[in-house]
Amino acid sequence: MSPEALQAVAPQTIPKIAPMFRLQWEDAQDAHVLLYPEGMVKLGASAGEILKRCNGRLDVAGIIAELKAQYPGADLEADVYRFLEVAYAQGWLRSVG
Amino acid sequence: MLRAGSEASADPKPLWLLAELTYRCPLQCPYCSNPVDYARRKDELSTAEWCRVLAEARRMGAAQLGLSGGEPLLREDLEEIVAEGRRLGYYSNLITSGIGMDEARIARLKDAGLDHIQISFQASDETLNDFLGGTSSFRHKYEMARLVKKYEYPMVLNIVIHRQNIDQIEDIIRMTIDLQADYVELASTQYYGWSKLNLDHLLPTRGQLARAEAIAHDYQVRMKGRMRIIYVVPDYYEERPKACMNGWGSIFLTIAPDGTALPCHAAAQLPGLEFPNVREHGIEHIWRDSAGFNAFRGFAWMREPCRSCPEKTKDFGGCRCQAYMLTGAAENADPVCAKSSHHEALVAEVARHTAGTAPARPLVFRNSRNSKALADTR
Repeated sequence: MSPEALQAVAPQTIPKIAPMFRLQWEDAQDAHVLLYPEGMVKLGASAGEILKRCNGRLDVAGIIAELKAQYPGADLEADVYRFLEVAYAQGWLRSVG
Repeated sequence: MLRAGSEASADPKPLWLLAELTYRCPLQCPYCSNPVDYARRKDELSTAEWCRVLAEARRMGAAQLGLSGGEPLLREDLEEIVAEGRRLGYYSNLITSGIGMDEARIARLKDAGLDHIQISFQASDETLNDFLGGTSSFRHKYEMARLVKKYEYPMVLNIVIHRQNIDQIEDIIRMTIDLQADYVELASTQYYGWSKLNLDHLLPTRGQLARAEAIAHDYQVRMKGRMRIIYVVPDYYEERPKACMNGWGSIFLTIAPDGTALPCHAAAQLPGLEFPNVREHGIEHIWRDSAGFNAFRGFAWMREPCRSCPEKTKDFGGCRCQAYMLTGAAENADPVCAKSSHHEALVAEVARHTAGTAPARPLVFRNSRNSKALADTR
């Protein structure tokens, strides 16, 4: 297991995109993508919405608050935690601080 | 390497643009993927022409930009091309031998917005590395790899694996760990062009292969989360073909130094196909409408056993160039596939080339003299 995979995601965790990756919006694919050496991951809509908030300033609680403001009534907390754990395990994210 | 995955689509996009900036190269690797007759093609696109190609392909959806060659560092306008790529939103990959690089240039390329550097090594010991490259390069590569990390680039180390270096695979992996590579590509030689000429010297035996694979897999597990090791098997020993280029005209667009647009860098050898040049046509026409890019798109071109094969959507019948080289027709199944009627002949040829008899002639190194001589005989 990698160190990232073992990391527990907590409300005060501040994630940002790992140096190996670049997140950007691609018009041609109508999606966010993660670019890395010679490769690309096309992200689903919710994954894109979460990752674009992983900017090294917002903590996880803040990310969830923003998403709830944008999608009122959505019960998304568990989904966000689940996705972030996957994203850390993939090496897409690092924590700040 | 193909990792920019996407399913075969009704509206394919050239997500991957490989810009072969030049065929000039200080190295002479006998498995070079450039065409055997490269020395006849001296004409190179200008800076402005490359910038136009980058812009047009980006509008078509290209996101990954490979800057390759030959040795791309021989282009004095490399920094300009990199900067234009960054401005357009590409993720740019410099695929280099490291020769022609120094600290000042690594810094300039970083400023220009280069995302990643891939350095090739020929072996993990200086003698073999410099023999295969045909020039003294090992120490310089080592030094450059250290600097690539110092400047915080993601670093891929690529080592082409074959009979001459496969037994030192553990040393090779240890070298890449020492250099702190982020990704390591242990790329078994694929047999086209130069490497096909040198098959007698390069094709490993089944025994060598089994041992190397076990070691590579062991390190893949050990290094998990720290360094990703990609092991590309030599497909001559497989029973199913590779999904070559993820399908013809599916995601890959290669532009040769003279502006010829190709669905893969080896496709120019296929007879009866005309490939368009970016000096005469825009990228959109080339990708969507040219005969060359449509020749093997989709499944209608297939013969049996591919036509009725349930796996055709997975492997696209394998590699067109390999089918042509080994069966005489690019429409045939890649004979790596055990369903191909030519598969037994390939197995026999592999056995013949790994029987332990001395090769009929010395290694043919990739250089202009050999290229001209070979072009004259064809």
